[in-house]
Amino acid sequence: MSEAAISFQRVTRRYPQKGGSDVVALHDIDLEVPQGAVTGIIGRSGAGKSTLLRMVNGLERPSSGQVIVNGHDVGAASDSALRRVRREVGMIFQHFNLLASRTVAENIALPLEIAGEAPAKIAPRVAELIERVGLTAQAKRYPAELSGGQKQRVGIARALATEPRVLLSDEATSALDPDTTRQVLELLQTINRDLGLTILLITHEMAVVRDICSHVAVIEAGRIVEAGETYAVFSRPQHPTTRSFLKGVTGVAIPHFVATMMTPTPQGPEAQAVVQVTFTGRHATDPMLARLTAEHGVSVNILAGAIEEIGEQPFGSLIVGLPAARLAGSKAFLEEHGLLTEVLGYVG
Amino acid sequence: MSANLIPILWSSTLQTLYMVAMSTLIGTLIGGPLGVFLATSRRGELLSAPVLNTVLGLVVNAARSTPFIILVVAIIPLTRMIAGTSIGTTAAIVPLTIAAAPFIARLIETAIREVDAGLIEAARAMGATPLQIVRKVLVPEALPGIILGLTLAVVSLIGYSAMVGAVGGEGLGDLGIRYGYQRFMPEVMLAVVVILILLVQAMQSLGEWIASRFDKRAPRNRGR
Repeated sequence: MSEAAISFQRVTRRYPQKGGSDVVALHDIDLEVPQGAVTGIIGRSGAGKSTLLRMVNGLERPSSGQVIVNGHDVGAASDSALRRVRREVGMIFQHFNLLASRTVAENIALPLEIAGEAPAKIAPRVAELIERVGLTAQAKRYPAELSGGQKQRVGIARALATEPRVLLSDEATSALDPDTTRQVLELLQTINRDLGLTILLITHEMAVVRDICSHVAVIEAGRIVEAGETYAVFSRPQHPTTRSFLKGVTGVAIPHFVATMMTPTPQGPEAQAVVQVTFTGRHATDPMLARLTAEHGVSVNILAGAIEEIGEQPFGSLIVGLPAARLAGSKAFLEEHGLLTEVLGYVG
Repeated sequence: MSANLIPILWSSTLQTLYMVAMSTLIGTLIGGPLGVFLATSRRGELLSAPVLNTVLGLVVNAARSTPFIILVVAIIPLTRMIAGTSIGTTAAIVPLTIAAAPFIARLIETAIREVDAGLIEAARAMGATPLQIVRKVLVPEALPGIILGLTLAVVSLIGYSAMVGAVGGEGLGDLGIRYGYQRFMPEVMLAVVVILILLVQAMQSLGEWIASRFDKRAPRNRGR
């Protein structure tokens, strides 16, 4: 990846409290958001992700540290310099924040009016944006007449109006149903590819990160606890928070009947080890389990499994039963070939 | 009712409408900007000016807590200065306006505070100046509420205008007192009350109709 579009350098945000100690919303954040990529910040509510996002366009200012956006130090910018930076940074919102008194076209025109564009230039630009987000038929409708997904498309078109280099997304799909969420995420992905726009989004849903983010940062209690390429973070989650976010999003659950019989240690000579095998990258499509059986005579009992795509790479997860007696050798074989294994327990 | 009372009723109605229209107009010119300022100037808000906000808030409250009939009498010198006289319909516009402006300011302040804070944030994120936010976001979004507020002001002013007869103002209220009460002509009193009811009814309906024309918040049948 090339240089960073957004760079947080030792950013701390404190909120002074009357007669008490300060509330520290963000603590010493160091984070680089790569140019042209889709980066996700995931965290629970109150973790500080919203504050972090708002630092990028100066809606929040750091108490200490620097936020560099497209080469500008946003945290230290004057009001008028900040307004110029904001025209290079689009933003979309969970609740859309469209003006009820303006039509779709008029909403999209607003940032251009604010930037002082000539009306003759605004009309064609708005028409082009409306077409890009597929709302030509709704141009003269008011937001109250639109569905949630359509409203967010208006929000996206409005955010793109001033041709920003960075797009901030504040839980943009959290108020939408799963189908609409998928469509909006696809639109964001298309925009990212077509325009080379850097997208920084915050979410509490790991599925959003899985679907469109090439990079991810996990935030917990005002600190970044894990960050990197989505694929790497998903395949080797280090922090408990990351693991808990990943639960149910990647891989598969242990089937119920197995889970009820499982014990932490083998109970007899015939015991089966329940192992989670994670296939990463190029290995995801290799028939490693078949080779384990063919070359080593280990019978593999597949209990559950799925292959999905994360960060545009195949990502497989299987839960298998292996004879406990052959566990060590099998694990070694699989890991030698680039698979990740984790023993979950034993049955029998 | 004798036929020669009809012209008097008619001219009194016009005087009332004149007083109400002028005081609403001038009251809005003063109260409108004041209301916008009150709505946006508390600490940390768009036009943050907490001291001025507090001072103007006190002035507005003082004006609003003075009973109208006392206000009318108390400001007679001011009225004479502005209107050249303290008697008559035009002179009555002065106290009516002074009562209307702070009332309208509070109504407009309330309407503007109803605007979703998310819209202000979105406009700031676009790089809007505070004045652009007021002009392009707050006022247009609050417009249905502002119109309903002004309707309320007009209705209240119709009531106040009936009191200015006490200092020589004319209009329906004055007519009702002089003919209906002092000359024992109950039919005039009745006619005045009926006209006032019709006026208030008409103003209320008109205001609601205009407000609904500007209100795009709820989808409705547009005759498609």
